[in-house]
Amino acid sequence: MSRRLPDGGSWIDRSRPVTFRFDDVEYRAFEGDTLASGLLANDIVGGFRSPIIGRPRGVYSAGIEEPNAFVEISEPWFDPIVAATTVEVVDGLVAWSRPGIGRIREGTSEPRVEHRHVHVELLVVGSGHDGLVEAETAAARGDRVLLVEQAPRLSGSGTSLRTEGVTYLTRATALGLYDDGYAVVHERAMPVERLWHVRAGRVVLATGGTERPIVFADDDRPGVMLAAAADGYLHRFGVRYGERVVVFTAGTPAYSVATTFRDAGAEVTLVDARPTPAVKGEIDARGALVGWTVVGTEGDDRLRAVHLEGPGRERRTVEADALLVSGGWNPNIALWRAIGGGVRFDRERACFVPDGGGPPWLSVVGAAAGEVRGDSSYWFVPADDYSRHFVDLQRDQTIADIAGALDAGLTSVEHVKRATYIGTAIDQGRISGALTAEIVNHLLGADPGAQGPTSARPPAMPVPYAVLAGPYRGELLDPVRTTPIHEWHVEHGALFENVGQWRRPWYFPRDGEDLDRAVARECLTVRSSVGVLDASTLGKIEVVGPDAGTFLDRMYTNRMSNLKVGHIRYGLMLGLDGMVADDGVAMRVADDRFFVTTTTSGAAMVLDRFEEWLQTEWPELRVYCTSVTEQWADVAIAGPKARAVLSAAGTDIDLEPGAFAFMTFRDGTIAGVPARVARVSFTGELSFEVMVAGWHARHVWEAVIAAGEPFGITPYGTETMHVLRAEKGFVIVGQDTDGTVTPHDLGMDWIVNPSKGDFVGRRSLSRSDTRRPDRKQLVGLLPEDPQTLLPEGAQLVFEDAGEIPIVTVGHVTSSYRSASLGRTFAFALLAGGHDRTGSTVFAPLPEGAIAATVTEPVFYDPEGTRRDG
Amino acid sequence: MTAETLRHGPLASYAADLASFGATEMAFVPQWSLRVDPSVCPFPLPTDPNTWAAEGDRELLWLGPDEWLLVGGSLGRVASALAGVGVHHSLFDVSGNRAVLDLSGKDRREHLSTGCGLDLDTRSWLPGMCAQTLLARIPVLLQERGDATRVFVRSSFAGYLVTWLARSRPAI
Repeated sequence: MSRRLPDGGSWIDRSRPVTFRFDDVEYRAFEGDTLASGLLANDIVGGFRSPIIGRPRGVYSAGIEEPNAFVEISEPWFDPIVAATTVEVVDGLVAWSRPGIGRIREGTSEPRVEHRHVHVELLVVGSGHDGLVEAETAAARGDRVLLVEQAPRLSGSGTSLRTEGVTYLTRATALGLYDDGYAVVHERAMPVERLWHVRAGRVVLATGGTERPIVFADDDRPGVMLAAAADGYLHRFGVRYGERVVVFTAGTPAYSVATTFRDAGAEVTLVDARPTPAVKGEIDARGALVGWTVVGTEGDDRLRAVHLEGPGRERRTVEADALLVSGGWNPNIALWRAIGGGVRFDRERACFVPDGGGPPWLSVVGAAAGEVRGDSSYWFVPADDYSRHFVDLQRDQTIADIAGALDAGLTSVEHVKRATYIGTAIDQGRISGALTAEIVNHLLGADPGAQGPTSARPPAMPVPYAVLAGPYRGELLDPVRTTPIHEWHVEHGALFENVGQWRRPWYFPRDGEDLDRAVARECLTVRSSVGVLDASTLGKIEVVGPDAGTFLDRMYTNRMSNLKVGHIRYGLMLGLDGMVADDGVAMRVADDRFFVTTTTSGAAMVLDRFEEWLQTEWPELRVYCTSVTEQWADVAIAGPKARAVLSAAGTDIDLEPGAFAFMTFRDGTIAGVPARVARVSFTGELSFEVMVAGWHARHVWEAVIAAGEPFGITPYGTETMHVLRAEKGFVIVGQDTDGTVTPHDLGMDWIVNPSKGDFVGRRSLSRSDTRRPDRKQLVGLLPEDPQTLLPEGAQLVFEDAGEIPIVTVGHVTSSYRSASLGRTFAFALLAGGHDRTGSTVFAPLPEGAIAATVTEPVFYDPEGTRRDG
Repeated sequence: MTAETLRHGPLASYAADLASFGATEMAFVPQWSLRVDPSVCPFPLPTDPNTWAAEGDRELLWLGPDEWLLVGGSLGRVASALAGVGVHHSLFDVSGNRAVLDLSGKDRREHLSTGCGLDLDTRSWLPGMCAQTLLARIPVLLQERGDATRVFVRSSFAGYLVTWLARSRPAI
């Protein structure tokens, strides 16, 4: 039986008993126990099942390499699946065996997650002797040092001594190394989990080695364990895993495990597969069965007996409750390999060791560097039937499965991995990876090390998404930008839509209105009286300097340098490819000063583009650009009563048409605060855009709402804005364009002025492709049934029920119900569309094709009679 | 009422969140964006990258080789000095562009390190330094004042940032 000895156990505190529950039974353990050692102390040697074929399984290891003993933790925190070997027992812990597959449960409390950034001169991964020496040496020099250890305790000598200048993180796993010494570390300080972003000048890997087993028939039975793990349970937790113990090895290190168990009172049979021990005078080889192998095991839910075979094929059965296996050691170099470190096969130690090639800031020391104790090159016990020679315990894959993959013609370990799924489970092949490679080498008749384990990639250990997400979840998932008037919108029941990171009012429903009814009301109110829009999200850039006009001439398709002070001009900006990139207006504030607006989502891009051209191509231009997007809020008042409302809100600006013409602006005061008022219109109606400092926006907005009350003013959102502008035929860059649309495709030839000199994108407009007559061009669409709404994105064809496959000739870019028109309408990009006015196109949809007539893309007040009110 | 009394700051309704992590909003701090070639500027500007200097009641924060943020004080003297020598420059009031909060808690470096990749260790991040960086994925300007770390954040992000900081304060 497996039990706690009266003495011993360097990790446990026998004065602090704790109780925990496992599969609904209560057990006792000590503080410092892992769940695995707590179970073994209570003789729970099995208790688990394999995930695919349901074979009984037990604790197999003592660390993160564990392939069998997986549990769900339900108290005092929730973890859907975790290795019992890595869970520290706390009083009241509740765990349930889980066969390799976790399940998220509703209503469970999750650990608190923190993210931390830290900069150090040295990061050491692993707390063995070599790691501690590196850390202490660097700290003595005055370096900042972070040392991370995945176990709950430091493992090297002098573990109680902590050196000043070294930050020690236990229960912390380095998930991956990235360029320039950037490392990501997951710390499990339950109930808090931390993700550390570490920037280190140097990284030292002291990650040690992992023992590997020997593969034989029925090697997965509860009672079979890695020899070093059993040794660890004895030393760290005072738990002796068995009374009648077989140690099966082909190398030297396990001899000391045999001795330890004998000294702890166990009856030990040492089985060494080698024909003769490789080292003369091996320690305490008393009674070792040299040249013998394990050819099978017996027992239902736990090991009862071990079948042995001698050099002369003689058989013997040994009654045993524990079988400790040691097939050699592999350096833990997944992190090294994942960032490009080279490896070579070391024949003497029978394992892959680091061999140059890593980044200059990275080094490997100790066992991880190849100083492992292993000297065994014995991988599996030959047999006629390999169907119970388990290689990957968590994927239930055997040597027979590997042979099957090779029989199917696969020869690469990478392909075998994908055919068998070996190494793809939670333990990520820590135990099975090297074994699989050597079994493949053997079966293909290749030398040991001809192929190594499959590629290593981060994360080195599974990490919950919740830990990666950290604080960026729920309403904090992504930064949210709000305007200075946002709280008013919330208070007045607005529904919001995301426009990039901006949260903009979508519509303002009244009395239970749905989207369609609210938008119809808002649109009609603007067209018949007045509405107000929060346009504060528009990008705003001050362009200043003696060459500002010249600069803008080169950035826009039309001329800006001849704009008069006090006047406004619409502008279109192209990419180098001649495609529409952004639009906005330019206001000339002074001879050497323009105030330029951009689209909401294009603001940062436009400023970057301005700076890029100024800094890299035209450094001789004396121009400075400054983003003032957030300095100025923008309250847009639109509708025939806009002038009356603004006047009632109080202003010293003469608003009469004769004094304040369309496409001009005035500086003055509105409702007692400084403002710039621009007469532009995105609705076709008389409009004033009132720009005030952000902190005055709420005051001005409320003043406008109050002043508009006698006129039935409505606040309106982006949906109504979209409908109103579409009725007037105004495009939205990014909705009606997609980076493949020229100004000519939009029917906006009038804004391209090729005679003014060069501008960004000009040359591309003369390419033959941008002049093709069958390019997709912007058109209007009127569905034949005036109540049918074309879905945005719907593909268009020229003929209904044509041959299949049928060539699509365009798609719908915008589509709305218009209260003003009493019908639906749409914009589309249609091949050769400018010459197709009056023809019929079809949107073939699952529920039947929608027929629509092609029109000019202007639906409302094409003569522009309404802009002066 | 004057225009000043009609102001409504971006963090007006976040006082409790701010207090929860030892932060104070410095509402309506005067700020100007200055772009000029420092070699022809009629008054001295800090030219070491990521540093700031105080001059009277005004602080000058280096943002780039030809870009500074002027904080506090009044504009008159700066504007007239620049106009007097007639050098090409731009000078704009951007007081409403960014909200300003001071973090003065002892744990403020650890707190900021939950969402900022800069080295904010006491041996690296010193009084007199400033830096444009990301905090909680938001572009911010940090200014180390010794007794406090000042965070300039564009007004539209201010509410999100304060909520984020209130929730991300480390447990240790």
